[in-house]
Amino acid sequence: MSKYTEDDLREELKTKEYEYGFYTDIESETFAKGLNEDVVRAISKKKNEPEWMTDWRIEAFRVWSKMKEPEWANVSYKKPEFQEIAYYSAPKQKPKLNSIDEVDPDLLATFEKLGISLEEQKRLANVAVDIVIDSVSVATTFKKTLGEKGIIFMPMSEAIQEHPELIKKYLGTVIPTSDNFYAALNSAVFSDGSFCYIPKGVRCPMELSTYFRINEGGTGQFERTLVVADEGSFVSYLEGCTAPSRDENQLHAAVVELIALDDAEIKYSTVQNWYPGNSEGKGGVYNFVTKRGLCETNAKISWTQVETGSAITWKYPSCILKGNNSVGEFYSIAVTNNYQQADTGTKMIHLGKNTKSTIISKGISAGKSQNSYRGLVQINSRAENARNFSQCDSLLMGNKCGAHTFPYIEVKNKTAQVEHEATTSKIGEEQLFYCNQRGIDTEKAIALIVNGFSKEVLNKLPMEFAVEAQKLLEISLEGSVG
Amino acid sequence: MYLKSQANSIKNMLKIENLKASVDDKSILKGLNLQVNAGEVHAIMGPNGAGKSTLANIIAGKEEYEVNQGTIELNGEDISELAPEERAHIGVFLSFQYPVEIPGVSVTNFIKTAINENRKAKGLEEMPAKNMLKMIREKSELLEIDRKFLSRSLNEGFSGGEKKRNEIFQMAMLEPKLAILDETDSGLDIDALRIVANGVNKLKSKDNAVIVITHYQRLLDYIVPDFVHVLHDGKIVKTGDASLALELEAKGYDWIKEEVIS
Repeated sequence: MSKYTEDDLREELKTKEYEYGFYTDIESETFAKGLNEDVVRAISKKKNEPEWMTDWRIEAFRVWSKMKEPEWANVSYKKPEFQEIAYYSAPKQKPKLNSIDEVDPDLLATFEKLGISLEEQKRLANVAVDIVIDSVSVATTFKKTLGEKGIIFMPMSEAIQEHPELIKKYLGTVIPTSDNFYAALNSAVFSDGSFCYIPKGVRCPMELSTYFRINEGGTGQFERTLVVADEGSFVSYLEGCTAPSRDENQLHAAVVELIALDDAEIKYSTVQNWYPGNSEGKGGVYNFVTKRGLCETNAKISWTQVETGSAITWKYPSCILKGNNSVGEFYSIAVTNNYQQADTGTKMIHLGKNTKSTIISKGISAGKSQNSYRGLVQINSRAENARNFSQCDSLLMGNKCGAHTFPYIEVKNKTAQVEHEATTSKIGEEQLFYCNQRGIDTEKAIALIVNGFSKEVLNKLPMEFAVEAQKLLEISLEGSVG
Repeated sequence: MYLKSQANSIKNMLKIENLKASVDDKSILKGLNLQVNAGEVHAIMGPNGAGKSTLANIIAGKEEYEVNQGTIELNGEDISELAPEERAHIGVFLSFQYPVEIPGVSVTNFIKTAINENRKAKGLEEMPAKNMLKMIREKSELLEIDRKFLSRSLNEGFSGGEKKRNEIFQMAMLEPKLAILDETDSGLDIDALRIVANGVNKLKSKDNAVIVITHYQRLLDYIVPDFVHVLHDGKIVKTGDASLALELEAKGYDWIKEEVIS
């Protein structure tokens, strides 16, 4: 038969270069490899940080030095050589930029390749972008519009200078420096990131968006994000990232802390598309992320993530439902293909009365990948009438991949209602033939079936992100049926 | 009847000659001949295991069936090497005996995708949303389909009747040249049967053809065939007009089997 076979498709996928795998030649200043107290001090000094910040980093470094890398996740990889990583890399910058015209033209070209040119972003409106390239923010837009509402949205390094009182008050309060190996490392060496503060009663008028990129080969990326929604405020925050193709493994250990004070709501959406490695499993980003949010009374935090990239993903966006009537939500699509490994899920910690959490997790595995859901629902003794609903669905393509579910449920209060549902299905020949018979080719059919499978989560994404996410799902799974 | 068929034979829509096919090395079709012209309705009847569904799936291009010998031509073009979607693009439609579920994909989204993929294959632009909606409205009214039904996940939790009605709805939307209805009557109550049959009759024209595969005469009361073929042990062993179906209904298949043997 002259039919375009699955093997042809698979071949095509293998030769298909990572869509955003280009490399921008921007002059950058990189520290020598290795990590010790002096390096931590040097990072802090480089960023002109106040003493309290330096001390905070040093303390984190000391904690980290005594910690061991966690090994409980269902992933296997060669551990990074932490002394072989350069911990600071910043594009060499001309003095303070006042307008886009002053930004390095190469950098602007990079943005354009990514389809996120500032010009375009400006026109598109409603999306303020704080672009983080290689650890140091080089451009910030919409600051003025946000400023009028008293909203602070700026690089973490600037926030440390300009709003030390807020940073001191909130940084590390949800994820203490000693929380885990990667969080401690991040606390010691974080390069930059974003800080966002929404004042009391303010509804942020636009989606706040940050694009991340790892640019310099061999440079670890340690982003630090802190979002504080003061009483009765609302913010929707988008985080999306692409990374250029690199042969050596790149370590990424970000920390994201969310704080929703009384009656506040934070919606945090992520589309993650780090380089997953090639079809033989070579290269790719190691993504060890700690994300956690704290809800005070009547507050709500909603995590939505679409994870398609990275060679290794270790990520559990969580909610501490401290205040009474607070709500935590986790909506996730995790796609793994080729040799990717993902161990991802959430923790919902119910402390307050009448707290409610919802977990919808959709795992899609293809190729020789392994995809694990790991989730904890913990109802503490004082959490009267707590409720949780969890649904974990897995979709398999081919018979060389794996889907795993590790649900942990700890209930210490009799009034709790906890529900857990799980399904596993496989894209079948019958489904594909049915689509083919209607004139839909196999590739499009897979996209259709996967989008249907993921719909409940895609629907939770802001419109412009949902479109991008759908495209990503299609790209990630091209030719992966077996 | 035969004369009419032969007169048009230069312009056969579907022409199957000496078709031999197997699945998992088991021989199922053993030298089947069939000619269908535009504007005709053919019924294929026969006992279980005769190869009726195999024939439907082979015309549609299902991969697990292997064609060992013979040809399948559609409008003079040999289609036996074409992928299922390519056959769909030139107008082959199969109403499935067991339509599959696709969770999370609505009836509307599915048919919209199918139509636009078919248009893309013909080098046409996507159908404008306005036209699409108008067409969906018209065709769903034809098959007495409720609007709420259109936003449900494809075949998920559908009753037998809903599934079959949805198949014919898709056929109405795609406007195929050759429609094969594989046991569309199974699982239908009498009202649903009438609706589905009416739909098919309204879609019939001098430019398209329908092959109805069925066990029973029942559906043929509504969709009156020009020809009735009896399929037995991988071959068409008897061909007649609509009255043959009535005879089969009354006498069963055994007499045909005996006739073949003797």
